[in-house]
Amino acid sequence: MTTALRDRDRLASGGRAGRRGAPWPLAVPAALALGFLLLPLAGLLIRAPWRSLRSLLSDPLVWQALRLSLVTASLATALSLLIGVPLAWVLARSRFRGLSLLRALVTLPLVLPPVVGGVALLLAFGRRGIVGRYLDAWFGVTIPFTTAAVVLAETFVALPFLVISVEGALRAADPRYEEASASLGADRWTTFRRVTLPLVAPSVLAGSVLCWARALGEFGATITFAGNFPGTTQTMPIAVYLALESDPDAAIALSLVLLVVSVVVLVSLRDRILRTGTGT
Amino acid sequence: MSAAAPVPSLNLARSRKGPKRRSWLAVPAMAAVTLLAGCGGGSGPDAGSPAAGASSSAAGAVSGTVTVFAAASLTESFGTLGKQFEAAHPGVMVRFDFAASSALAESISQSAPADVFASASTKDMDSVVKSGDAGAPKTFAKNVMEIAVPADNPAGVTDVADLAKPGLKLAVCQQQVPCGATAQQVFDKAKITVKPVTLGADVKAVLTAVRLGEVDAGVVYKTDVDAAGTKVKGIEIPAEENASTSYPIATLGKAPNAAAARAFVDYVLSTDGTKVLTEAGFASP
Repeated sequence: MTTALRDRDRLASGGRAGRRGAPWPLAVPAALALGFLLLPLAGLLIRAPWRSLRSLLSDPLVWQALRLSLVTASLATALSLLIGVPLAWVLARSRFRGLSLLRALVTLPLVLPPVVGGVALLLAFGRRGIVGRYLDAWFGVTIPFTTAAVVLAETFVALPFLVISVEGALRAADPRYEEASASLGADRWTTFRRVTLPLVAPSVLAGSVLCWARALGEFGATITFAGNFPGTTQTMPIAVYLALESDPDAAIALSLVLLVVSVVVLVSLRDRILRTGTGT
Repeated sequence: MSAAAPVPSLNLARSRKGPKRRSWLAVPAMAAVTLLAGCGGGSGPDAGSPAAGASSSAAGAVSGTVTVFAAASLTESFGTLGKQFEAAHPGVMVRFDFAASSALAESISQSAPADVFASASTKDMDSVVKSGDAGAPKTFAKNVMEIAVPADNPAGVTDVADLAKPGLKLAVCQQQVPCGATAQQVFDKAKITVKPVTLGADVKAVLTAVRLGEVDAGVVYKTDVDAAGTKVKGIEIPAEENASTSYPIATLGKAPNAAAARAFVDYVLSTDGTKVLTEAGFASP
């Protein structure tokens, strides 16, 4: 305690000098980090085939892939909201044996290589998969190589981002609001809808943005589980990867489009993310 | 951004793996143990006939590591060849990168540090030669296409014409990859228009889809069907309907280990090399 106080005193007294700039042990690594993150993007901009950009981007395949990416990422985010917010609530509010194990399992797709996720999806929902074989036998439905497979693959890798974000906010939320709501006679569902959800809405939004961004960039699970076909399963990242093999200029042009879309979306939502960033 | 996403499917195959280890589990296994791949030696089931050291001449003259960029369809045969080459040249280690020839050609033009390029088409080799990155290529093998179906052949495919049946789930390589271009020649000869559900990044991606039973049929090389064992059934395409592709090999201009590169190319072209390729189902050029 006393050392903490002393530290605070020292910080306060040195505050005026400190405000002028970050101390070099922080400033130098910070500058390195910034350079490391921005240089590759600068490379993309510098090496971009600006002159032939128009003709490269006039290929209808580009817009087909972009549209598919935007649609599937949005559907994956919607699906994640639908099932992810309830899951976050269960993880944050329930008490039962194995809860911590469950929580670890939910975050597994975050650390799993996406290709492994794609293989796992195949083994579960593929035509010979443990669930997929019944979908095929009973309903004649096969998922792999369809747009639905793209949405599932993206949801698989992106859902944990939303769950973690919302769960953190639920844990941090003041329980007294919910208690007050309950004491006034509201049932748990009403409390969730009218009190809890508005309370964590900023985190739900931040989580959705993360989830959407992750889904938009998804590659490994998608190409493994959904394959690659223009119009149905060839998303922008897959188009970029495959274009790189034959036409690097086209790959750079595609990357630029994806970069612009990502930046526009993230910047337009930046304020909201920053505001809730501390909550989680 | 997805730039750092792992390379899909079997492109991860690197290093010296015995053919049998490429089971259907190979995809998750490889993705999971990429780190271990470097030490995947030993256990090669048919590393038999270790060249007997007899024929290969320049033993001892070369050393170090030789990096070979080879078409995905060469995975099994070059895996065996690599082991025999190492046995014949103690002190040399062969490192493979198996992927679509078009992808490898592009990597080479981005100055990837490779010593040897073995392509599944003259087109991709020509592009490397044209940009001055490779010496005079020599054709060492030929391959023809074959229809691969899951062992139980769920769609009852019997010939090329069946591939155009509506509702049939077909996988082929994408057009810019040699196996895709050669498959297209087969379709053109048969005067059919196919509607694949997925376009594989390389021939092994197509084979994997068949092996997992996710598609009813795939068009791959004859050698891939042979290497896949019992998981996959091959339906031969009659010679008059079939199309073939040639495999050229060359040492690369910027080869870090030029001596070993020449020795490896010589070995592939030698009688020992030809024997391995013939056993794998390749035709002589």
